Amino acid sequence: MILLFPEPFEICVLVLAVLILVALYRLVAGPTSPDRVVALDAINTLVVGIMFALGVIFRENIFVDVAILYAVLSFIGTIYYAWYIGGRYT
Amino acid sequence: MIIEPLIAICIIIGLVFSALGIFGLIRFPDVYTRLHAETKATTFGSIFIGLAVILYALFRWDDAGEGISLAAHVLIGIIILMVTNATGSHAIARAAYKSGQKPDPSVTDALADVEP
Amino acid sequence: MIAFLVTTVFIFILYLILTAGSGTLGLWSYEELGAGIVLSLLVGAVSSRFFCKERSVRMANPVRILRLLIYVLILFPLEMARANLDVAYRVITGRIRPGIIRIHPELQTDLGILMLANSITLTPGTLTVAADEKTGDLFIHLINIPEGLEKKEIVKTSDLFSFFDLPAWIRRIAE
Repeated sequence: MILLFPEPFEICVLVLAVLILVALYRLVAGPTSPDRVVALDAINTLVVGIMFALGVIFRENIFVDVAILYAVLSFIGTIYYAWYIGGRYT
Repeated sequence: MIIEPLIAICIIIGLVFSALGIFGLIRFPDVYTRLHAETKATTFGSIFIGLAVILYALFRWDDAGEGISLAAHVLIGIIILMVTNATGSHAIARAAYKSGQKPDPSVTDALADVEP
Repeated sequence: MIAFLVTTVFIFILYLILTAGSGTLGLWSYEELGAGIVLSLLVGAVSSRFFCKERSVRMANPVRILRLLIYVLILFPLEMARANLDVAYRVITGRIRPGIIRIHPELQTDLGILMLANSITLTPGTLTVAADEKTGDLFIHLINIPEGLEKKEIVKTSDLFSFFDLPAWIRRIAE
């Protein structure tokens, strides 16, 4: 069984990009603001997965470093949205 | 020879679980159940895509040292992803409850006695 | 002071792993090492009071570290895979029975409650909504409550997991 690598990673990036477009529906339509934050969180996780795969496609370590930073910064963003919606922890 | 099918299986598992998480996000009725599908399934999917990248970097990279370095980076990324996604979904659920959203189809609600 | 040292060394080791292979001095270059020392001193000074909030050296015991590795590498991924298959089944069929229940985990330390809350969020079809800090009780949203479990006032934690008794393991690691 011969697979032409890294083409499977390119397919992976393509499918994840389509999934991000599907999640954008919930981001735009979601009836309340917590729904929108949930959709944003899902998009952030998928973007981290895409960056892992892009590191293989372009043969660059820097994509994975950016993915780590993106994960941490998106977490901080999620925490701030949670403060904005529900008030700070006491 | 066994590495390529293994990588392909990891990628397929990752894509299937990511897709299930997004469809749960579209399909479920209220914010808590959406959060369930999104947090668990997309985190699991991204972890499997990271595992595929680790396998490829360890066994099919031109420069062995650089491959090991890439695998270590992806491992740290996976650990950070697990911790931050769990904590972040906890924060969103708490904020949604504080902002007044009740779990809509719900059998029981023990929190309603404590926090009206 | 000990908290500052532990935080600085931890951050410096993380920095060394992330920049390995950059130069000639071993695996690292002089510039990376200098920048790493300065940065980890700065970050350690700022964040030591969050990172080492509890003043105890309980987690320095190698047996506890070994148990933590077993927990993270073997037990937790199995439970996580089972929970994901369960959620996949719920997404496809749409059969859900959601609700919020209250559990009493009997954990005293902050690290124990943090580990249990994060494990619950990623594993058994549940999600931690709130934590009562006085009694240590957790309020948990389940996507599929088993029949009869909603009648109980406070649910035992071992009812939530299917393969292993994860709360007992967390008690052995962090208490």
